[in-house]
Amino acid sequence: MWAFIHKFGSPKWFYGISARLLPWCWSLAVMLILVGSVWGLAFAPADYQQGDSFRIIYVHVPAAFLAQSIFVSMAVAALVFMVWKIKVADMAAAVMAPLGATMTFVALFTGSVWGMPTWGTWWIWDARLTSMLILLFLYVGVIALRGAFTSRDSGARAASVLSMVGVINIPVIKYSVDWWYTLHQPASFSITSRPSMPVEMWWPLLLMVLGFYAFFIAITLMRTRNEILRREAGKHWVRELAAGGA
Amino acid sequence: MTARLQARNLSCERDGRMLFRDLDLAIGPGELVRIEGPNGSGKTTLLKILSGQLGDYEGDLYWGDAPLSRVREAFLSNLVYLGHATGIKTALTALENLAWYQALAGETGSEAARLAALREVGLAGFEDLPVAQLSAGQQRRVALARLELTPRPLWVLDEPFTAIDKAGVMALEQRLHDHVARGGSVLLTTHHDLSAQGTLRCIRLGGGGEYVPH
Amino acid sequence: MSRTDAESVRGVEPVEPLGGLGVAMAATLKRDLTLAARRRSDIMNPLAFFALVITLFPLGISPQPALLATIAPGLLWVAALLATLLSLEALFRADYEDGSLEQLLLAPQPLPALVLGKVCVHWLMTGLPLALMAPLLGLLLALPAESYLVLSLSLALGSISLSLIGAIGAALTVGLSRGGVLLSLLVLPLNIPVLIFGTGAVQAAIIGDPVGPHLAILGALCCAALMMAPFAIAASLRISING
Repeated sequence: MWAFIHKFGSPKWFYGISARLLPWCWSLAVMLILVGSVWGLAFAPADYQQGDSFRIIYVHVPAAFLAQSIFVSMAVAALVFMVWKIKVADMAAAVMAPLGATMTFVALFTGSVWGMPTWGTWWIWDARLTSMLILLFLYVGVIALRGAFTSRDSGARAASVLSMVGVINIPVIKYSVDWWYTLHQPASFSITSRPSMPVEMWWPLLLMVLGFYAFFIAITLMRTRNEILRREAGKHWVRELAAGGA
Repeated sequence: MTARLQARNLSCERDGRMLFRDLDLAIGPGELVRIEGPNGSGKTTLLKILSGQLGDYEGDLYWGDAPLSRVREAFLSNLVYLGHATGIKTALTALENLAWYQALAGETGSEAARLAALREVGLAGFEDLPVAQLSAGQQRRVALARLELTPRPLWVLDEPFTAIDKAGVMALEQRLHDHVARGGSVLLTTHHDLSAQGTLRCIRLGGGGEYVPH
Repeated sequence: MSRTDAESVRGVEPVEPLGGLGVAMAATLKRDLTLAARRRSDIMNPLAFFALVITLFPLGISPQPALLATIAPGLLWVAALLATLLSLEALFRADYEDGSLEQLLLAPQPLPALVLGKVCVHWLMTGLPLALMAPLLGLLLALPAESYLVLSLSLALGSISLSLIGAIGAALTVGLSRGGVLLSLLVLPLNIPVLIFGTGAVQAAIIGDPVGPHLAILGALCCAALMMAPFAIAASLRISING
């Protein structure tokens, strides 16, 4: 177990294994997203209430899923980094933050675009959208804190503590925002918590969610590899790699 | 238990720069060790690691026979660390400052002991003034009064001679040698030339992390 | 220097930790309170800020009592939250600059307990005065009189959490030269639950709903913060001290 953790922690080993995983992740992501979006956009039936505008869920829902999952994975990576001092974990956390922020923004943007035909306004203080907005601020905070330190190592530690504090707070924030929303809007109509969704709509959504996850893993692996090369540029094995590649 | 601090295979890399590598160092009763090296060679970082403030290193630290991380509380109870900043609150009087430091060690202490410690560093008559009204050198002496006040075997001092006048430097130097002579240990960095009295060992930190003991 | 033999042994023999956490915490409380008492402007500033911000709202929105009364709970809570935030930057700043933070970290006492003492002083000097002053400003905003007690209670209880959570942000940014705006960015999102239940309590008091549940949740948030925040603050300080 310990040997495994430290082996996994070696940037060189990670660089090697991720090279073999990457093509699989990419092809899985492309395939799932391609099939899911064609199915969802062209073949799934239109919603009886919202018509075709509901089809934005095929981007909105996976993006919202990822936005939250990435924060959790970032906090787990931060914990691994803080407890076992594994630098690869921090590199992964560092590249996950902008990706998570982007996904949160995509979820907010698509939610807002979806709001226009549904509510007739670009923005409504809906519980989910509000939680998403706060999540975006949490991401911005983590990214800004990491960047604020002149010492990269201290910035990494500070960002790790903040992501762990943030992940403990996310359920509390979500719960309190939900409570606040029901208090102010007793007759709540939330478009994303539908009682039943026809199976024909579900399948493409499932594919899209899985596709987004595969995309997330692929892009995290890829960007972590870049980060490894950048941070370990002076190391022997990276120099050898560069010499071999040139 | 002996008051012996040991570092084995100590390496420190900060932001991709190797400050020192595979450093072995031991300091025990009756020893005075001086860390030397040009600016930016990692002297302060090494002192911070050796005083348990910085966990950012590879290698092992031992206090007595036990790993430092396991006996941290016991280690800190036996350590006085004086850094670049004095750690003295200028809005408080010298006495109030010392009272807080005594309490941090877990003892209430006595006013008489604090007065005696201030007398020892030449601050008699300044006990009840806010430290802000004292000169830089006098403020430094308030910090040095902690050496008198809280008896600890291991002193880790980062540039202790800064801002002190000639007489003060001599007195402090004598104080360090006395401490060592009585079986205490002192680990310090300084640009000041210590008189070669008693045992003095030097650890040299240089560029690239090589070190040359002599 | 003439020392007897007994004295000469004292000071070089290894000693066992004395414990004495109570002594250390009490001394830290006393020290910070003395410091606060000698710099009274630091206590007055958040209060003045609080009053000033509240003055801006009727000028910026409308002086109509009916309108002000409906938004008063939120305004008072947001202004108090911002006032707390302003004072947080100074929480560890002076200690960091004069080196006593470094010494605090080297004390043979559990750091989370010591920082809890410092946060406690911050609350006594900021949160509590704000809570006591809030009804006065509520008066200016035509807040119904029956909610004054709940306003003070919710602010007093909620500001404990605000101080604790804010101290994490203050500890993370103390080593940065311009940490102020970043501190707000880090801390404000984390404070949202406290704000929601704090204003919820005051609104419930106005419409005559039971306020117990809101205050209970504020209490629960406070307990959770008390349990977890000191460790996060301690860890953050250890990071910041090495900039």
